[in-house]
Amino acid sequence: MCPLLHGLVAFVAFGSIAGAQPGVRLGLIYGEGGARPGIHVLPVAGASGDSIRAIVMRDLDFGDRVTVLSKNIALPSPVGAAAVDYRVAARLGINGVVQIAPVAGGVSMALYDVGAKQVLQRAIVPLPAATNTAAWRLAVHGASDLCEEWISGTRGIAATRLSFVADGRIWLVDSDGANALAITQAGRALSPAFRPDGQAVAYVSLEAGGSAIRVADLRGASRQVLEPRGLNISPTFAPDGASIAYAHGEDFGTDLYVVAASGGTPRRISIGRGTDNTSPSFSPDGRRIAFTSGRSGQPDVYIADQDGTNADLLAALSSSSQGYRSSPDWSPDGRAVAFQSQLAGRFQVMVISLRDRVVTQLTADASNEDPAWAPDSRHLVVSSTRSGVRQLWVLDTETGRARQVTGMSGARLAAWSTRVGS
Amino acid sequence: MRRDIVLAGLVMLSLSLGACRRKQVPVAAVPMTPSTAPAIAPAVASSAGGGLAVDRSQFLRDSMERARTDSLARLASTGAAVSLRAALEAAVRFDYDAADITDDGRAVLDAKLPILRTNMAVRVRISGHTDSRGSDEYNLALGLRRAASARKYLSDRGIAVDRIDIVSFGEERPATSGDDEGAFSQNRRAEFEILSGADALRTPR
Repeated sequence: MCPLLHGLVAFVAFGSIAGAQPGVRLGLIYGEGGARPGIHVLPVAGASGDSIRAIVMRDLDFGDRVTVLSKNIALPSPVGAAAVDYRVAARLGINGVVQIAPVAGGVSMALYDVGAKQVLQRAIVPLPAATNTAAWRLAVHGASDLCEEWISGTRGIAATRLSFVADGRIWLVDSDGANALAITQAGRALSPAFRPDGQAVAYVSLEAGGSAIRVADLRGASRQVLEPRGLNISPTFAPDGASIAYAHGEDFGTDLYVVAASGGTPRRISIGRGTDNTSPSFSPDGRRIAFTSGRSGQPDVYIADQDGTNADLLAALSSSSQGYRSSPDWSPDGRAVAFQSQLAGRFQVMVISLRDRVVTQLTADASNEDPAWAPDSRHLVVSSTRSGVRQLWVLDTETGRARQVTGMSGARLAAWSTRVGS
Repeated sequence: MRRDIVLAGLVMLSLSLGACRRKQVPVAAVPMTPSTAPAIAPAVASSAGGGLAVDRSQFLRDSMERARTDSLARLASTGAAVSLRAALEAAVRFDYDAADITDDGRAVLDAKLPILRTNMAVRVRISGHTDSRGSDEYNLALGLRRAASARKYLSDRGIAVDRIDIVSFGEERPATSGDDEGAFSQNRRAEFEILSGADALRTPR
């Protein structure tokens, strides 16, 4: 997207929300000739200073919108009243400097524009007193996300969590791979889906006589929404968080249904006529669903109205596709759908733009499945075998960069939460 | 007087000698099933018309023979019960991405039909499974279709639907691990679990 337009939007937003502080210029930080801005994070004082600096640098790097310069760069201490030695910084290729310092109850954070030779933004970020806990890390991630918004105009996604399946259980993990925690007991659980408020996860429990859908409140207990009568799989929350769409089958044919999250009488929302229909994903306005269907003989991805009418193939078949396509995920900004497509015997992750129906292939190495969008509609988490073991990897759809998130003995079927605590 | 006693003794002696030479009841060379065992008792009863002393020893011989064939029959019925159970629990395999019953599947299912018809109390649960290729979620639907397909084959041939539960595990409970077609084909299956009514399975006639 055009940086000038970004800047204009950010300028208007910051001007109306932040309230200009004296001496603070509103705008964004740009790199040379359209390149990403080079950002230097100054060393942070205090007992947890090194941790804070490492987390913020890693978060900005994982955001793929800035180039984080080496921590081995040593900016000389500023001379006189200036907070930063702008001349040396400019010579070192630094476009923005981040200064974080401990204060009572948290940290102060400032962003300096090297080109303009002055401070761009300032804020106090509260942090929990107990350092290096999960809550403390989440708060530091929040500081990183705010800083990224100051620099690029887009809020970061560091303060988010992933949920996934490993070892028959549902897990939660921070977006940087820290604090992995199982939220179900031993058993056979599948298909986690975050509630839009990020405070609960719906999932499938496979039991001897059938499959049940349960909701685990992240601050409390787990609750059964649908009993294990027949097949009940692939739950997803509707955008309003009040109902859950899922697939249900009792004999021949599996159809999509929606039920109130508190339980109740399900309503059918696909017209399968005895075919298999699974894996629903809502558009952000809740009016349409993407889903996997075998109605044409082989599984493929369809889009329909949320009552099952007007079902259409999502993407035209290409000559290279073997025809097995599944597992759609609608982007939070409504503009694209990610899905997996079978090519040369393995699955690859594809993204289709809904505006022009152009399909982009995002992966080519090994097998890649189950794409799920991050809240920024730019990053995707996928389940990939590229390291030899099925693990979660985050892909940046703009630069193609891939980073591994999990290291346990196999992880798949990931979901990405909204920004926590925002 | 003494001549009559001697004569009676000689008659009794000749009778007993004759009884000794009387043929034994032939022993069956093959194990008998429980259904033929009761036939031995009437044969013993009908020979009770002979002399008392002769029939008691014969009765003893026949009893021991009956006990021996009974235990052979009991062993046979245990063996038969084991193979009846095995036939009920035998799994059905499927082709890739398909849920129709193959020729091999038909043979496995046909072997279950007479056992189910003879033992009306038996209830089973069929679980459908897939290999690990394909979408994890869609494979759960395919597994259900395979279980439903196996159940329909049986219900089309007279087995009541409410005697058969179906469930799917998709690719989540593979029979064997591996990424080759050998492992894949073993995992594409419908498994049969006996839920109840199989404590004393009767052999179909």
